[in-house]
Amino acid sequence: MGLGEFCQDRKLVGLRDVYVETLIELAKDNADIVVLDADLSSSTRTGRFAKEYPDRFFNMGISEQDMIGTAAGLALVGKIPFASTFAIFEAGRAWEQIRLSLCLNRLPVKLVASHGGLTVGEDGPTHHCTEDIALMRVLPNMTVVLPMDANEMRGVIRKSLSLDGPLYVRGSRENLPVVNPPDMDFEFGKGRTLRQGNDIAIIACGLMVDFSLQASKMLETEGIGARVINMSTIKPLDKEIVIGAARETGLIMTVEEHSITGGLGSAVCETLCESSPVPVKRMGTMDRFAVSGSPCRLLDLYGLTPKAIAENARALYRDYRG
Amino acid sequence: MDPKEQSRLVELARESRILILNMLTKAGSGHTGGSLSVVEILAYLYFHKMRLRPSEPSWPDRDRLVLSKGHAAPALYTMLAMRGFIPKDVLFRLRRVDGSLQGHPDMLRTPGVDASTGSLGQGLSIACGMALGLRLSSSDSKVYAILGDGEIQEGQIWEAAMSAAHYKLKNLVAFIDANQLQIDGRVQDVMNVEPIAAKWESFGWNVQEIDGHDFAQIDEAIAAAEARDGDKPNMIVARTTKGKGVSFIEGKVGFHGVTPNMDELRAAMKELGGSVLLEGKS
Repeated sequence: MGLGEFCQDRKLVGLRDVYVETLIELAKDNADIVVLDADLSSSTRTGRFAKEYPDRFFNMGISEQDMIGTAAGLALVGKIPFASTFAIFEAGRAWEQIRLSLCLNRLPVKLVASHGGLTVGEDGPTHHCTEDIALMRVLPNMTVVLPMDANEMRGVIRKSLSLDGPLYVRGSRENLPVVNPPDMDFEFGKGRTLRQGNDIAIIACGLMVDFSLQASKMLETEGIGARVINMSTIKPLDKEIVIGAARETGLIMTVEEHSITGGLGSAVCETLCESSPVPVKRMGTMDRFAVSGSPCRLLDLYGLTPKAIAENARALYRDYRG
Repeated sequence: MDPKEQSRLVELARESRILILNMLTKAGSGHTGGSLSVVEILAYLYFHKMRLRPSEPSWPDRDRLVLSKGHAAPALYTMLAMRGFIPKDVLFRLRRVDGSLQGHPDMLRTPGVDASTGSLGQGLSIACGMALGLRLSSSDSKVYAILGDGEIQEGQIWEAAMSAAHYKLKNLVAFIDANQLQIDGRVQDVMNVEPIAAKWESFGWNVQEIDGHDFAQIDEAIAAAEARDGDKPNMIVARTTKGKGVSFIEGKVGFHGVTPNMDELRAAMKELGGSVLLEGKS
């Protein structure tokens, strides 16, 4: 349990904790905020909101499809619903409800999923979610965000109130290392370069941004300058920063805790193919199901560690520049 | 119900059916049977019951309607046109790229549509969310939902059936347009949903069963629902005839998703005392 071995001596904070703390703060001044959950309110932390605002919390039981429809109805009468459960049940089980009831109607419902990716760990592939970016970004009107740390999550939730249309935010079960300052000013649709470098650019989201930063530091000692971009908003994609990175470095790598099919890597490739094609290496969970295991062992097994990212970047660099 | 009011509604229902058949023939595709079976319920709601402002479709204090069986859109569109939400000539551009009326109701394209529907099973949850939100805002607006009998085969309907009772949504009135037919045949043959009333009762709803083509019975059921003490949501199981109003369409599975041709339209107009409003298909 925990990401300790990849984040030694670092401050780790839960995205789900900050999500709900921020909601509780915002709800003081905004009586329209309501929260829904599907029997996972202790895991998603929305139970804390329920304690503060019992009248504005609705546990829908184990029925994700009804939760999405109910959230749509609440939005239609002027409420600002946040609906939370595990990523696979939110994006997977209720996909068509999200498509019709939320996206076609362009309703400002915020889906804040916890337990995304592989690091759900021991519960196994039934509960892992490595398909949600693909499922959500294909929907018109949807915005898709994977914050990389707790401070970015706070920014996302604050800014979400002024976002028009539905939003999908993927969080994690694990507490993640904190990189951004507490007062970070998040902006939808903007990638951020967190580390400069002109030999290769690593575009990542979620936990993989921190791991890519670690990889970039390893590569620096070998004289390879690896730029690292936090692409927390996957839809709409910041095409400008992607194309700029391709033009300036000529080599792109993408890293995500998601299948390499349909996720961040695919979105980056779609953009580059049409404007400035350069070699791209996609890192992710590949096209297969994972197994039960601790988060760290799974990340090892599926090659999503700082070391593996550095190795892949080094290989890509040597293939083309070596 | 006042006999005068009742004959006014009967006449509005006849006018709606004339428009439905004309617009469907003109469109050349669409759902005939399930549009004709729901006409009285819609006419009652739009012309007798619901608090609406056609000049201000998104008036916050209005009553809401979610047509969960969204394929009956033509019937809904005739009500919106007759009530003044949309111009009548728009009806004859149904399902065309140069028209605003989609094959299934779209709230962003058609004024007066309270929620987009069409993929079956989703509307009741939306209606529940509206009822919950209105209560939270201390609004006295009512929420109406119309489901098909085939539609209640969808699992999400029963999730919503549970949550409506759990959250005591007495400001919600749902109808089932029980016309007994679905695309593949008789509901009882494809996937039996009976006993419908007992199912909803066991889920904690107030349930009434009526003839869904009889305005007096619809009126009594609504009045009874409103008069009841307690906090249960209300279900009105409306026994109806698919294709109601035209002898050769009534009870015909073949007219679920098929529209009348010109000859059939002429014959139907003869029965309804209406006229063919536009010659030719397109």
